Amino acid sequence: MSPTIRTYGDNQREYPGRLFIVEGIDGSGKSTQLTLLAQWLRSQGYPVVFSEWNSSMIVKATTSRAKRRRLLTPLSFSLIHATDFSDRVEREIVPSLKAGAVVLADRYVYTAFARDVARGVDAAWVRGLYRFAVVPTRAFYFRVPLEVALKRILSGRPKLKFYEAGMDLGLHPEPNESYRRFQARILEQYEHLVDEFPLRVMDATRPVEVQQRELRREITPLLAGLARAGVEHEKV
Amino acid sequence: MRRFESYGEGIPNLDLAELTGWLIVVEGTDGVGRTTHINLLRAHLEREGFAVAETGLTRSDLASRGIRRAKQGNTLGSNAYNLFYATDFADRLERQIVPALRSGFVMLTDRYTYSLIARAIVRGADPDWIKQVYSFSLKPDAVFYLRIDVANLVPRVVSNGGFDYWESGMDLPMGEDIYESFIRYQQRVIEELDGLSREYEFHTLDATRPMDDIAEDLAVRVSNLLHRERV
Repeated sequence: MSPTIRTYGDNQREYPGRLFIVEGIDGSGKSTQLTLLAQWLRSQGYPVVFSEWNSSMIVKATTSRAKRRRLLTPLSFSLIHATDFSDRVEREIVPSLKAGAVVLADRYVYTAFARDVARGVDAAWVRGLYRFAVVPTRAFYFRVPLEVALKRILSGRPKLKFYEAGMDLGLHPEPNESYRRFQARILEQYEHLVDEFPLRVMDATRPVEVQQRELRREITPLLAGLARAGVEHEKV
Repeated sequence: MRRFESYGEGIPNLDLAELTGWLIVVEGTDGVGRTTHINLLRAHLEREGFAVAETGLTRSDLASRGIRRAKQGNTLGSNAYNLFYATDFADRLERQIVPALRSGFVMLTDRYTYSLIARAIVRGADPDWIKQVYSFSLKPDAVFYLRIDVANLVPRVVSNGGFDYWESGMDLPMGEDIYESFIRYQQRVIEELDGLSREYEFHTLDATRPMDDIAEDLAVRVSNLLHRERV
């Protein structure tokens, strides 16, 4: 039996697939966890589709150009990412769910809720904007203290991009310090989201393999009944 | 002191009290003569001494190129188009309309959110959702709706270069014949605009009248509005 998947706008649809998403600030380790999960699911014969934030081809060209030329305001930043996301929902996520795939999304609507509101966009407006999105089967939030995440990111001496560092907000003229303050704001928003939405909180300070074991344990029961390649009539 | 309002929460970090210009919108379906009337109105207002600026759909620096490219290949999901247009609109609102209003210009806008809301609804968007998306927009001082019925629209479109793929709704399942699709699609768009005209209190002008009559009507109405606001 397939669980009912619905949109945030409450349109109920029956899709046979599953949607798992990971959220968290940069340096929370969520992408590592999702990659490991994808490998494991594939090895188990599940059809896996990996969907990344900001990856729709046409929209990406516009977004990249706009970021390079610093054309984006908090409002247009929010809308262009919603455009990209909408294209992925329509042309990648929903068709894959219909096909019975396990769709894994690295960042989802919560990234927009946290980041756009950190930029000053109205919280209710941005939630309404994403009403078309499919509600995940389960959403995991990788919680990590700000300093731990910052150390992971900044110790690699990255060249932070303008918007990535939140330089558009004028928080601080120095990119690393601006990034630090921007991430603090985003983290604060994520903590509100945990109360508002059913996000499963993962302690992301633990060793990678410990987190991965928990993640697999969490989703295993949710895979019951899914089709797998090369595995016929398996007892569930 | 006159001031603007937004439909909803508005543009982040914008103080509406800074805006001193006028926002005049001309709405109407494809081929109804909006551009002609905006040009005439602009000339009229400049003769009266007003500083005039204008903008129209998909003329943003940010998204217009991407929208053109997407249309060429028809490569975006239908809802993504709705949001791409919203992005284009937001960019024009913040980077063309707001600066002009801040400088006290009369901003003539060739279509506003209403056309975008209408085309989204015709393409299956939830009306409440798409209106909510555009709730950041400013309420114009006046919206003039050049209204025409499809029967009167057809000869104009034919003599002005024929049927455009998108203006005929060929991306929708409205039939393979471009003429029939045009009729059905435009009928639906006009229906939606009619509904919006009641909801948002447009000033409706009968666009089947002679061009000079409409131009004069528009000139008088806009002049009255601007002089009244000045007092």
